[in-house]
Amino acid sequence: MIPLQVVAIVLVGLGGLAVVAARDPLRQALVLGVYGLTLVILFVVLQAPDVALSELVVSTVAFPFILFTALAKMRDRE
Amino acid sequence: MSFLPYALAAWLFFVGLYGIVTSRHLVHLVVCLGVMQSSTYVLLLAIGYRTGKKAPIFTSGVPTKVGAVDPVVQALTLTDVVVSVVASALILALVIEIWKRSGKLDPDELGKQET
Amino acid sequence: MSPRVRLGLFGVSAAVLACLFVWALTGLPQFGAFRGEYGRILNSAAGPERHVTNVVSAVTFDYRGFDTLGEEVLLFTAVMAVALLLREARSGDERRADAVRSDVVRAVGLFAVGPTVVMGLYVAAHGYLTPGGGFQGGVATASGLVLLYAAGRYRAYRAASPKTLIDFAEGTGVGTYVVVGLAGIVVGGSAFLENVVELGVKGTLASGGTIAILNAVSGLAVASACVLIFHEFLEELMTAK
Repeated sequence: MIPLQVVAIVLVGLGGLAVVAARDPLRQALVLGVYGLTLVILFVVLQAPDVALSELVVSTVAFPFILFTALAKMRDRE
Repeated sequence: MSFLPYALAAWLFFVGLYGIVTSRHLVHLVVCLGVMQSSTYVLLLAIGYRTGKKAPIFTSGVPTKVGAVDPVVQALTLTDVVVSVVASALILALVIEIWKRSGKLDPDELGKQET
Repeated sequence: MSPRVRLGLFGVSAAVLACLFVWALTGLPQFGAFRGEYGRILNSAAGPERHVTNVVSAVTFDYRGFDTLGEEVLLFTAVMAVALLLREARSGDERRADAVRSDVVRAVGLFAVGPTVVMGLYVAAHGYLTPGGGFQGGVATASGLVLLYAAGRYRAYRAASPKTLIDFAEGTGVGTYVVVGLAGIVVGGSAFLENVVELGVKGTLASGGTIAILNAVSGLAVASACVLIFHEFLEELMTAK
């Protein structure tokens, strides 16, 4: 296993832990964007460019967008 | 050391599961579900990987003697990634409806009966 | 049950599950020594058989095309459920005032809409030649359209993505997939999703046979599904209740 793969795997592991540990949903949405990018690095290192492209467009735009609009909607009444 | 990718898949699965069980906010729960889904992607891609081989794209000019990793698991994973975000959008729509009806977003409070 | 009891119960069952998990994972072949023959055969056969260079796209739309049809139906059902949930319960038509007050955001954002949409269409169209495909390009195109809302006004976004047209595009995307599959039976006389279009020259856009058609059609379906979902969530945000 080349060192780049070990680094990518460790980054993804730490990123997953950070996503779960961020209890406030707003902060968690931002950490999720970074976690998605670490996943993209791992997928590229595992020789899967199509999957990396999918994960890139999904985790940088689509998922944070629906999270932010849902949170902004539910912030009203509070 | 070669067990590391599989250990990562197991780690992500249980970290996400722990996040779901101890969650105090429904949107936090949805994101932890997403982390559990990403553990399956890592497992699938780690299974299909072949050491020293390249990506399964054979555009002209790419040397073909090296060989490529398994393309079938990549095809499964890439459709999975896009469909899972749409399914998470459905769960978020349910969360919005729950909030509209009860005003509460804490799973523990939702289970209690109002007297 | 109280959170402490729940956590204890979770700890016990997670420990048992983790042991079974790790025991199962150690039974897998060594990382990097995958012995599956199906993938190896596909890597060498997809180029000559289907005249495509991206084997992953060939697997998605041809060799395992039926699974992709299932995924698209899943997509369609989820979008339909989101629309049902959120459109039904929306009563008030009071709109919140929305306007981007910063000129920099408006300039940069509106400048980026065109290139993003074109880039998304490029990635979707060249899916069977280089890394990419209908799924990736569809989501990228949809996010380019959402930039219209983020950098401009909500009304501009609504004008660029009329609801009936997007609904129609979504249904057309999934329906055409089924029609092309049935054409394999009707025209080709053999199996569902069998290739009936002439395979062109490898390495150009006119290659792949039905893979090209299915790629474009699923890109359309995914793009309109994502636009619909973004639309529903934005409508929720805009109708202040």
